[in-house]
Amino acid sequence: MEQAAKSAGICSAKVSEILQKYSRRPDALVSILHDVQKEAGYIPEEAITEIASRLDIPVSKVYGVATFYTLFSTRPKGKYIIRVCQDAPCHVLGAKAIVETLEKELGIPMGDTTSDGKFTLEYTSCLGVCGVAPAIMINEAVYGNLTPERVPLILKEYK
Amino acid sequence: MAMVTIDGRRVEVDAGTTILNAAKKLGIDIPTLCYHPDLAVQAVCRICVVDIEGQKLLQPACAFPVQDGMVVYTNTPRVRQARKMNLELLLARHPQDCLQCVRNRNCELQALAERFGMREIRFEHELRGLPEDHSTPAIVREPDKCILCRRCVSMCHDVQAAGVLFPSRRGAHTLVTPVFGRGLDEVACALCGQCIHACPVGAITERDDTERVWQALADPNKHVVIQTAPATRVSIGEEMGLPPGQIITGKLVAALRRLGFDKVMDTDFTADLTIIEEGNEFLKRLKEGGVLPMITSCSPGWVKFGEHFYPDLLKHISTCKSPQQMFGALVKTYYAQKAGIDPKDIFSVSLMPCTAKKYEADRPEMRDSGYKDVDVVLTSRELGRMLREAGINFDDLPEEEHDDPMGISTGAAAIFGATGGVMEAALRTVYEVATGSELPKIDFEQVRGLGGIKEATVRVGGLDVRVAVAHGLGNAKKILDLMREGQANYHFVEIMCCPGGCVGGGGQPIPTTMEIRGIRGAALYEADKGLPYRKSHENPAIKQIYAEFLGEPLGEVSHHLLHTHYTPREKYPAVAKAVCGEAAG
Repeated sequence: MEQAAKSAGICSAKVSEILQKYSRRPDALVSILHDVQKEAGYIPEEAITEIASRLDIPVSKVYGVATFYTLFSTRPKGKYIIRVCQDAPCHVLGAKAIVETLEKELGIPMGDTTSDGKFTLEYTSCLGVCGVAPAIMINEAVYGNLTPERVPLILKEYK
Repeated sequence: MAMVTIDGRRVEVDAGTTILNAAKKLGIDIPTLCYHPDLAVQAVCRICVVDIEGQKLLQPACAFPVQDGMVVYTNTPRVRQARKMNLELLLARHPQDCLQCVRNRNCELQALAERFGMREIRFEHELRGLPEDHSTPAIVREPDKCILCRRCVSMCHDVQAAGVLFPSRRGAHTLVTPVFGRGLDEVACALCGQCIHACPVGAITERDDTERVWQALADPNKHVVIQTAPATRVSIGEEMGLPPGQIITGKLVAALRRLGFDKVMDTDFTADLTIIEEGNEFLKRLKEGGVLPMITSCSPGWVKFGEHFYPDLLKHISTCKSPQQMFGALVKTYYAQKAGIDPKDIFSVSLMPCTAKKYEADRPEMRDSGYKDVDVVLTSRELGRMLREAGINFDDLPEEEHDDPMGISTGAAAIFGATGGVMEAALRTVYEVATGSELPKIDFEQVRGLGGIKEATVRVGGLDVRVAVAHGLGNAKKILDLMREGQANYHFVEIMCCPGGCVGGGGQPIPTTMEIRGIRGAALYEADKGLPYRKSHENPAIKQIYAEFLGEPLGEVSHHLLHTHYTPREKYPAVAKAVCGEAAG
């Protein structure tokens, strides 16, 4: 997943290509948004208007879907997206301390992206690894049994 | 059929009826909040929950269909506790400054709080601090007041087909908003204000311009003139505590004089004028092979919707200004000359059932008199506020007449306020102007009523004129899509933005439901029947203005003052665009 942090967005031809792949079916909206995000790193406004126009559905609806799912983003994101589980088992086993350490180490609050475009910090729903709570995901990699002490060591691998 | 028992009483209803409606049949009033009789069922607020025997969880009465033998309880401790809890949670995130809210005493949430005796809210009061939207001259949004019932969403998408408002984000972060959180000025909003009628609270309202009118009324140097729109004469009564459907034309005129307006004239006069101009434009298009079908242009919400969504069809829209704007252009020219008043001293107010009229009056082209033709547009609700503040009591008022020279009008103009009315008024005149003979039957029943799309064929001279009438933008869209495909085989189409026509306008008293729209419309047809003149071309004041000022229909003065043009607009807000090759890769 090599994507630029300061993405210039996505060009119309690329959106067309994605729409074509799904035969411009409105019921494929979520898959279309997935592909756009994969391509651009996020879902730019121009992709949302383009999709609405080509699928002939209200643009507010496309925006509604794009903002409904936490895995979609309408803002550019960092190269590495750190997702912290916010559900009960992780919470009980100390997710709060993990969040505080991450915020301190990266110098950004939850939800933000570092100014070098490298890291985005955000919450996610259950990652399905409650057995090793508290857990986070960095892009596709899962890290469990976390302690505040381990956090800087993990980040080092990405810096 | 299904036999159900609700609170120990049995009732037989059609299978599939909701518990809410079955209970209604028994006279049991189950409280609701996100439910609206004219809109899609949302079932999100959980205020209408009831206990059903055999069901573990409480179920929403608005959405749950009855089954034969079902036993329902609407008022158990468990039900009451759940409703109160839901209300408490809503109130914990709703502003508590009801006294300052425009919907004070006309708010469904407030009424529920009163009904349930909410004396205490156990949860911490926490407002979201969301920004308000004051971007348009017509509609104000205060998202902090929004209770996320989604009624406006259903109205905007399902009924009006504009698709402006939609929930974004999710859960506690949900926000009903135009796309990208932009203001209404940046999106393809018709400013019809139907979302205001959908809103149970004060989250969406009209922009209040009453202060500007109070100031003008208090200014001795201003000659303040008001015009009263057709639909307001059957709705202002509701603002004053009367039931819907009262024809209060004479009392309205008297009330406006008591507020201090120097002249009270009538938009119905320029509605008649519209018929003369538009009727002649239609006949000209027919004769000279102009663009057909011609579509009416009185409804500024429809015009703005057309500019955003059907810019390719703008040449179909009659070039006639709306009656409001015709009046505005004439009050600062024709009337100013006749009365010997400098037009710069005239303050022109209009009383409208409409929020989009506020936008229309602000359009840059609406200054053909050399001044802003209409200075302030007041909705029915705003005037209601002014009348109540001034302590005017309708019971004590005499019936008074509109002022000359733009005060005489016909029944044809009165029915402008109901769907099909403009078409009927036009047909009454077009027929007689084109054939030179009297109409055998003045009432065109086929274009009346609340059917979504109405069609008729009228023999005019040697031609079968095919007409269609649509009200509500969702219905209009169906006809416009047909036109785009070349499938609309009509000569003349009436489009009204709001369901029911102007009687159901976004500026009308709250509540405005389909039932109330129907009652107000019927009152306009009653008013029509009672008037001495019922055809626009028979209006003596219209004959006079052509003789003294305008010359002839579609003439040079008309062209300058009474006709306009339209502007293609974007469907989507401006966004940054990436060029291929530069995109992320």
